[in-house]
Amino acid sequence: MPASFLFSQFMGGLTTAMFLFLIASGLSLVFGVMRVINFAHGSFYMIGAYLAWQMVHWLHPGGASFWAAAIFAAVGVALLGAAVERLFFRSLYGREELYQLLFTYALVLILGDAAKFLWGTGQLSVSTPPVLAGSVQIFGTTQPLYNLFVMAIGPAIAFGGWLVLNRTGIGRMVRAAQMDREMLDALGANVGTIYTGMFVFSAFLAGLSGALVTPIQSIVPGMDVLIIVQAFIVVVIGGMGSFWGTFWGSVIYGEVLSFGILIFPGFSLFSVFALMAVILIVRPWGLFGKPLR
Amino acid sequence: MSWNRTALVQRIPWTLIVFLAACTVPWIGSRYNTFLGEQIAIDALFAVSLNLLLGTTGLVSFGHVAYFGVGAYVCGILMKTYELPFAVAFPAAGLGTALFALVSGYFCVRLIKLYFAMLTLAFSQIVWAIAYKWNDVTGGDQGLPEIPFPDLDWMSSIPGLGDLRINDQFYLLALALIAVSLAVLHRIVRSPFGRILTTIRDNPERAAFIGINVRAYQLAAFVVAGTFAGFAGALYGIFSRGVFADYVFWSKSAEVMIMTILGGMDFFWGPAVGALALVWLNQQITAYTEYWPFFLGTILLVLLFVFPGGILGGIAAGYGFLRRRLQSRPLQPRDA
Repeated sequence: MPASFLFSQFMGGLTTAMFLFLIASGLSLVFGVMRVINFAHGSFYMIGAYLAWQMVHWLHPGGASFWAAAIFAAVGVALLGAAVERLFFRSLYGREELYQLLFTYALVLILGDAAKFLWGTGQLSVSTPPVLAGSVQIFGTTQPLYNLFVMAIGPAIAFGGWLVLNRTGIGRMVRAAQMDREMLDALGANVGTIYTGMFVFSAFLAGLSGALVTPIQSIVPGMDVLIIVQAFIVVVIGGMGSFWGTFWGSVIYGEVLSFGILIFPGFSLFSVFALMAVILIVRPWGLFGKPLR
Repeated sequence: MSWNRTALVQRIPWTLIVFLAACTVPWIGSRYNTFLGEQIAIDALFAVSLNLLLGTTGLVSFGHVAYFGVGAYVCGILMKTYELPFAVAFPAAGLGTALFALVSGYFCVRLIKLYFAMLTLAFSQIVWAIAYKWNDVTGGDQGLPEIPFPDLDWMSSIPGLGDLRINDQFYLLALALIAVSLAVLHRIVRSPFGRILTTIRDNPERAAFIGINVRAYQLAAFVVAGTFAGFAGALYGIFSRGVFADYVFWSKSAEVMIMTILGGMDFFWGPAVGALALVWLNQQITAYTEYWPFFLGTILLVLLFVFPGGILGGIAAGYGFLRRRLQSRPLQPRDA
């Protein structure tokens, strides 16, 4: 196999990985702090994609409208997340995980149909912003600029998130909430606000990644339940609640999928699920996570 | 007086009456009624089997559909590809599902709470990926259409059953098999074994402390629940005339969970009531709108926030409230 082919396969895997990282990081954050698997995270992502399309549609396609649309989508979904957390989720924190899981699933059902009602069942697409429409040659392969942009954004958000979590006062509060909610509460910190903040930030990331995916994927109903499974695998591999774990989990997922197709075509999908099961069996808290107490 | 009345209500064999009433559907109802009845019966077995984990043992399995799917595929493949009779394929489906539940359950019960839910979900997605991609055996995304009905000529020789359509004959067979399965599950839940499962649900540490091998009991419950889900799946494949990868997608696990808590997971018959209610609601709502998932989500929200006990939980609470009111009546001054 020529090196350029392997390289292009590698870059393809990396693009998948970085998109997934954007989505999965929010899922992982919410799990880390609240110990909840938020199935509705995929729905937030889908709503983000639709909102971005809507904004591009209102403004005229091309020019700066894509960036405005991406920000609009992220903020819109963050507001939706805030409403969901304040109105419903908050009263489920003390309840068994079954109720929390089913609540997020109820959101999946409701948001999925709401999107169908508002935007129909057809495919929608958004054109690549003109600045990033071109492509460059690397090692004899053609790489679209937009993909390279996403590949840069992923690590930037990972590094930014790590900085905030480990080097700021807010980050310290969040880590404390991860470790011991009751103690933090007893010390007088407003745990409720931290939870709301984390949930809103996670929804913001989901909305942003939904908007950013629109130039390379068409927007269709059902993208919510497909993406949540992938994001779920990523955080399980990397470790639920761990930021860098999610990052490396995405890279592993993207590359296993990308090279798996070369080795056993048709079974690369199986290989990522199998990888997830093996990790859950051997190290349930993931490669980089810490065990739940 | 009131004690006698309660005893009388309890002495009526409700399950037998429901079973016999269900048996008359092919004669008194339309084809569509029979179709709905079979759907409800199969869903009821599936949901009751899940509740052995969810309600009785306290294990939140988010991948129960995997066992339903394995049962459906094993039975379907044996009957369609290998042309084996139902009398071989059906037990084989149960056996295959039990083995798969034993292997996957062995790993699952070693994990606690949310990790258990995640691993069950992972196994169900593995089954889905295999069903979706292994074209040679499972038919891949095309599925396995046209699974044959079992050979029911023996049934035609029974007086009164001979003039029924094969769909109706299969309905009666499925109903009988489901009734036996439910009776066995009922025995299991009420047995000392079932009591131990409940003890484990309520307090696993204390259960371990009094010498119960918690994991072994959880695994046993997992295998039993999986096996009966497999039987439900095997019947469903024949009933719906095909097995498709969609049956195994993770969202189906959520649907059967909704049935279970809709009926009430604190009651043995709760999930069956939930299956009946959900199938009925589905029929009513899809007649008016295509947005069934929206309504299902809303029903789920109401359940979670207003009626966490489900339908039977609500009825029991209402009945208890009424009885307290009635019993306290004589103590109050007469208002006449």
